Amino acid sequence: MSDSSAARVAILESIRTSLGAQSTPAQIAEEYAALPRDYKRSSTLDSSALLDLFQNRLEEYDAGVYRTTSAQIAATIAGIVESRKRHSLAIPEGVPTAWLPQEIRFEDATSFDAYRLDAVEGVLTGCTVAIAETGSMVLQNATAQGPRILSLVPDYHLCVVFADQVVETVPEAFERLRATDSVPTTFISGPSATADIEMTRIKGVHGPRFLDVVLVL
Amino acid sequence: MSATSPQWSARDFPTAAKDLLADSQIRKNVQHATNVIQAKRAKVVGEMTDWGELREDGAQIRAHTLKHLDHYLAQFEENCTRAGGQVHWARDAAEANQIILDLLQQHAAKEVIKIKTMTSEEIGLNQYLEAAGIRPYETDLAELIIQLGRDKPSHFVVPALHKNRQQVREIFEREMHLPGLGDRPEDLATAARTYLREKFLRIKIAISGGNFMIADTGGVCIVESEGNGRMCLTLPDVLISLIGIEKVVPSFKDLEVFLQTLPRSATGERMNPYNSTWSGVHPGDGPKEFHVVLLDNGRSPILADKEARQTLQCIRCGACLNACPVYHQTGGHAYESVYAGPIGAILTPQLHSMKEGRSLPYASSLCGACYEVCPVKINIPEVLIHLRGKVVREDQETLSGKLGLWNIGMQAAAFLFADSRRFALAQQAGQIGQKVLVSKNGFIEWLPLMLGGWSQTRDLRAMPAQSFREWWAKEKAPHVGNGSPRPPGTSGSSASPAALQSAESAKESRDV
Repeated sequence: MSDSSAARVAILESIRTSLGAQSTPAQIAEEYAALPRDYKRSSTLDSSALLDLFQNRLEEYDAGVYRTTSAQIAATIAGIVESRKRHSLAIPEGVPTAWLPQEIRFEDATSFDAYRLDAVEGVLTGCTVAIAETGSMVLQNATAQGPRILSLVPDYHLCVVFADQVVETVPEAFERLRATDSVPTTFISGPSATADIEMTRIKGVHGPRFLDVVLVL
Repeated sequence: MSATSPQWSARDFPTAAKDLLADSQIRKNVQHATNVIQAKRAKVVGEMTDWGELREDGAQIRAHTLKHLDHYLAQFEENCTRAGGQVHWARDAAEANQIILDLLQQHAAKEVIKIKTMTSEEIGLNQYLEAAGIRPYETDLAELIIQLGRDKPSHFVVPALHKNRQQVREIFEREMHLPGLGDRPEDLATAARTYLREKFLRIKIAISGGNFMIADTGGVCIVESEGNGRMCLTLPDVLISLIGIEKVVPSFKDLEVFLQTLPRSATGERMNPYNSTWSGVHPGDGPKEFHVVLLDNGRSPILADKEARQTLQCIRCGACLNACPVYHQTGGHAYESVYAGPIGAILTPQLHSMKEGRSLPYASSLCGACYEVCPVKINIPEVLIHLRGKVVREDQETLSGKLGLWNIGMQAAAFLFADSRRFALAQQAGQIGQKVLVSKNGFIEWLPLMLGGWSQTRDLRAMPAQSFREWWAKEKAPHVGNGSPRPPGTSGSSASPAALQSAESAKESRDV
């Protein structure tokens, strides 16, 4: 193991020499608390306009959006999966049975390694919060969402979002993530894409090439 | 603690730019790509009603962090370590390369997968690992194009911006052995997906950079599009993140600013497809071993320069490259640095303690487009001028600089401009002296010595036979008591040309 403690001392010393006068942690905390936060931090839309915006943004990324009610979740999922010509999906721990239609086969992927996940037809997850303005779902290592690998390796991702999980702005989402800010977290905004060739957004590189969202009202 | 950059030559900007300007294909590719990205950026920035506040507040968060960088780095280290991560410190490229090689050798790695990291380009990591018998695989599409094409990045967000789809197709067809590969972007993305998937699943150690380190959670944030980043962060057993010391933010919450400004500025998207944050090691989710290598490599001394310190506020969105009229013409390779464009023109020479890249602060027309688009309000034109001053003052310290034509010329100009009588004499001398240079059409098409840079691409109108001051004194100068209008900006009723001149001299001597 390379020991970099001498480098640590030297770098911190060099920074302090460059900066000159030092502040106490209390002074730094006070200065930080006084930083301006004048950007938009709350919603201006009513709930119907909010969901329209969310849907519109997702569709611009070429994600499918299907609105349903909590009583119809399983039936809606059955229809989407069938239209995608798939028969089985992997699921994380804690997905409510009320989401799962009889006609589709669901496999608990908790113990799946990357090779096994590479072979599944798709994955079904929930999310922690969603952002309308940017068309994003935020997934964390939590119930019905699972580890990060789950929403990554399969080629198809179906994500269930409840209306009360959708906020308008990025800062509102961060407010909701505050309690779990150390948990592995992924912001997903559309299917995997690249703009590396002539700056054109092309869908489908390494992450899921197909993304559908069930929006539960 | 100054930087080393093995793969870049020491050519100055004008020399390197000349070669690139001669390559019309590169110019076409660069101009096409930067035009597309600028239009997309303008659209998604225009729809934000609070863009001004996001820029200002983001700039203040970054400036505050730099002002207390030692505090926030120590806090990051403590929290990352508590979460199961291991933090290493590297003064320079050599130390960082050694730390990473040691870690790879401990795990007997022969291959490693990499997320796009310009910091690793900065330290020449790939060459170092290859020399030690370890094969690095770039997994970002653009970096893969660069690696397979044995090329250099020309843009730190879109490194292969200088290649068009036909050129990418040729590289992939040859290097991936895919005869008949199509040149639609979809074909090329699919080829990359197939080529890399097997490596993602098989190789158990990865190297990344990092967009942000989060002091209060000890976390790291990586912003990407393709999912190759997530593959490298999630699948391997061991992850090593190499990150410049300036890239820390105080709190997880601060990302709510930068995750709005970065994607809109970088790729003109409301949000890029994937952002990942994690802290240390999380059992059952991602690598079992996580290392952060904190790289100084010339950064800490920049903090001492209060005017130039703002350079380190950069969040590497690349908007200033896309907006720059100079970058538009030359592309990135002319800067002979992994950090090209306006931000590169101020960052590169400073990372090298002004020993390299000394022509870069001059690689700008100072039009200010870079400052206007910067999401953290780095006043790049101000820093460019400040660094030009540094270059000149340092040159004046040396004997060859002191006796150089530029210094003598500028000193002479300063002497002439400091006094209106001397200036008038110089004008008269110029009117006579220019005669050998003026063509029949009344223009000067060639200037001698270092003035030749000006006349290389433009003609200069010859000086008129009479200067404005001479004309004014003869035709319009007000005479006491005759009631003619006063020249603008003067208050006395008896402002003779002599009085005007002495008032100006007094002002000039105050300014000096």
